[in-house]
Amino acid sequence: MPFIPHTEEDVTAMLASIGANTIEDLFDEIPPALKSGILKQVPPGLNEMETSRLMLERAETDGRYLNFIGAGAYEHHIPAAVWQITTRGEFYSSYTPYQAEASQGTLQLLYEYQTMMASLTGMDVSNASMYDGASALAEAILMVVRTHKSSRRVLMPSTIHPVYRKVVNTIVKNQRVEIIEVPYCAECGHTLVESLASWAGQDIAALIIPQPNFFGVLEQVDALTDWAHNNNALAVGVVNPLALTMLTPPGEWGSNGADMAVGEGQPLGIPLSSGGPYFGFMACKQKLVRQMPGRIIGRTTDLDGKPGFVLTLQAREQHIRRSKATSNICTNQGLMVTAATIYMALVGPKGLQRVAEQSHANTLALIGQLETLKGVKRAFSGPLFHEAVVTLPMPAENMLQALKMQGILGGLDLKEYYPELGNAVLVCATETKIPADLRKYTEYLGRALAEQDTSAFNPT
Amino acid sequence: MLIFEHSRPGRRNYSQFPATETKIRNIPQNLVRKTPPLLPEVSEMDAVRHYTRLSQKNFSIDTEFYPLGSCTMKYNPRVCNSLAMLPQFLARHPLAPEDTGQGYLACMYELQEILKDVTGMASVSLTPMAGAQGELIGVSMIRAYHESRGDHARTEIIVPDAAHGTNPATAVMCGYKVMEISTDKEGDVDMDALKAAVGPQTAGLMLTNPSTLGVFEKNITEMSRIVHKAGGLLYYDGANLNAILGKVKPGDMGFDVIHINLHKTFSTPHGGGGPGSAPVGVAKRLFPFIPVPIVGLEKGKYRWLTEKEIPQSIGRFSAYMGNSGVLLRAYIYARLLGAEGMHRVAEFATLNANYLMTELRKVGFEIAYPTRRASHEFIITLKNLKEKTGVTAMNVAKRLLDKGYHAPTTYFPLLVPECLLIEPAETESKETLDAFVVSMKEIMTEAHTQPEIVKGAPHTTPVRKLDDVKAARELDLTWKQ
Repeated sequence: MPFIPHTEEDVTAMLASIGANTIEDLFDEIPPALKSGILKQVPPGLNEMETSRLMLERAETDGRYLNFIGAGAYEHHIPAAVWQITTRGEFYSSYTPYQAEASQGTLQLLYEYQTMMASLTGMDVSNASMYDGASALAEAILMVVRTHKSSRRVLMPSTIHPVYRKVVNTIVKNQRVEIIEVPYCAECGHTLVESLASWAGQDIAALIIPQPNFFGVLEQVDALTDWAHNNNALAVGVVNPLALTMLTPPGEWGSNGADMAVGEGQPLGIPLSSGGPYFGFMACKQKLVRQMPGRIIGRTTDLDGKPGFVLTLQAREQHIRRSKATSNICTNQGLMVTAATIYMALVGPKGLQRVAEQSHANTLALIGQLETLKGVKRAFSGPLFHEAVVTLPMPAENMLQALKMQGILGGLDLKEYYPELGNAVLVCATETKIPADLRKYTEYLGRALAEQDTSAFNPT
Repeated sequence: MLIFEHSRPGRRNYSQFPATETKIRNIPQNLVRKTPPLLPEVSEMDAVRHYTRLSQKNFSIDTEFYPLGSCTMKYNPRVCNSLAMLPQFLARHPLAPEDTGQGYLACMYELQEILKDVTGMASVSLTPMAGAQGELIGVSMIRAYHESRGDHARTEIIVPDAAHGTNPATAVMCGYKVMEISTDKEGDVDMDALKAAVGPQTAGLMLTNPSTLGVFEKNITEMSRIVHKAGGLLYYDGANLNAILGKVKPGDMGFDVIHINLHKTFSTPHGGGGPGSAPVGVAKRLFPFIPVPIVGLEKGKYRWLTEKEIPQSIGRFSAYMGNSGVLLRAYIYARLLGAEGMHRVAEFATLNANYLMTELRKVGFEIAYPTRRASHEFIITLKNLKEKTGVTAMNVAKRLLDKGYHAPTTYFPLLVPECLLIEPAETESKETLDAFVVSMKEIMTEAHTQPEIVKGAPHTTPVRKLDDVKAARELDLTWKQ
């Protein structure tokens, strides 16, 4: 019996103690008509060897590709120690640290994490994580409208990850929050402060500011933050945490700094893994801390005056406040934060900066090479971090298909999200790519373009 | 000592980042960070030692018996982790084309099929990232269903007073008013209260069965009839599914929508507080509203079904498709168990709970619902002990830490005074349960003979009782240099 230790003798002795004849007797309060019988769609059990073989075959079916897709999830080197320590049973198989004295390992680690994230984002405090970047943004918007006295309207640039915008819409629509889309500059690829003019003086709860934005382009965060504050709105940054080792942190944007920063934590030591588990982060100014959703860890002392860590401000949470909680969030992404904290400690401030700089340089180098191909050009003139939109003289779909035949995932086709861009692909080259990878990409794209030209001249 | 206190300026781990400084750089000066972030500068070995030592300050399933009620702390098979972390699975980008992920998608598709069978629901979506998000999604579907029928008068969700805090919090997040109903002496929902609460304003009822009181709601079929007759829908909180896995299907009890906590019933790790994963199952009439994406199978190829195929979907709740890696672990666990193994989960979880309840009663503990069978968990109340000795449920919980056990759930459900909610899970042996009873008996004796020892517990943990009030009053949430 997999994972069940009972011997026949144990079962007999236990039933005798209870005073039952069979295990089935223990279910005698369940109406017989409800008993379901055999599960027909569940296959028979496999042992570990058989399961391993099955999963190895499945994994090999998927293979490995040279990946240039980013779009919110980025391939980075992860030190071996990160996941070896994270999957130690004491981290892996422990519960939410409600029993503080029996959870000091997790609690101290989360306190260290909060310190690291607050510093990276330039904020005063951080919570202990949200589900992912998209849901963190949705929770930030709910927090903003709780905080703002009069308005439930939020300005959302269309340069924010298109799926984040969908998730926000799904989560906030039942709470009478109005999301207003702000267009981007077709030439530079970022949000222009001028485009906000029509909302000036109106009652707006917050302006969301991505950095970098979905196109990889850097936004004019100082001007946007000041615009928000001048219009009595909060400024909420949606940021790539790795980029913040190079870029001005949200807490220093504009004259007074943004009020909150959220984002996707995946670049900090979390594998791509088909989209999860990742973790969302949320940091804010001290004045907003009591409106924050999710777990927050505080340092205190024990009976002997020794320092220790506890879950704090629990009066905000569902298990205490029930229907009056700041959010229904309960479980978050503890193990992912464990990995991210160890990752940041291992790579260090200088190392993280190098990773960010190399990713920036690799993408610039790749774009430079691609632009030597006829008809391939950058879609936007704005400065970028480690991702860029390129437009092509052929359907993006065909280009990506041709590269895939060579074992390359060439980027994300933007047709579905931004049809106005035409044949456009979002491309990312992180520090994991070497010059030969960039040349390979350029060479095969060149061939695909040449083949298209040939077939265009010689229609068959 | 904090990791920051191990830090020395200039210490680097050269093997962990690109060797050469880059020359290409093109970022406007006003966007460049001026001061480096406060991150530790430690050697790789320092970091490994620091975090290994921190891990040793945790209780965990791998090191201690963890009878935490309502949390299903069962053994997390190691192979589920190692196979979900095969390099191809880890490297796969969420937006990679479907034809580069047929192996992964096959696992997801089959997991959907397995969960459909286990829950008796028509369709399953794997996207919710935790139980509370599963609830949010489930209740959003209930709302979408009523609205699609032009039925806007339904403004209330009924929740029993014994429910998890996430239930009422979720209902509010979905824009509903919460109508709480009471529990009768036997631990069942008070049927008169239910009848009085339902009406044309009822959008639905959220229910955990077996309930958080550790008993099976015997009247579930009647409850389902009452709510459906009033035009409401039934939501099943799958927190306690481990108690009935393979025995009873929520679909057969009349539920229209359900979430399944894979981090409980399907043994994916709790990870010190996540990542969870909570697929939702729906009856046929709710399928049009199911969150996307889900995995479809057409002509032997697996593919994502999105807003295009399911236009009335309530939408997306994560940037990609939920906690994929957790779903893989659950799939592997399901394949290891197979149908037979799943039936045994409920059987042995129930056997362990009833045995432990019986043995604790024999040594003098008071059972909250003594006339009932335990499901996979049960409640003892220490009200009398507190009156006689001043020792509280929290004191006993903390004293258990000294004895090498994680504490049971304390003070939940709120309606039983001085309670401990105890769930042993099927993976524990009789010897472990017997030893736990011995320790509980010792603590009860101590409570009478040397109550100060129990009140001052814990004594052997890395820190003693921590000052929660100070933590909240003098907020210290980040380390400062």
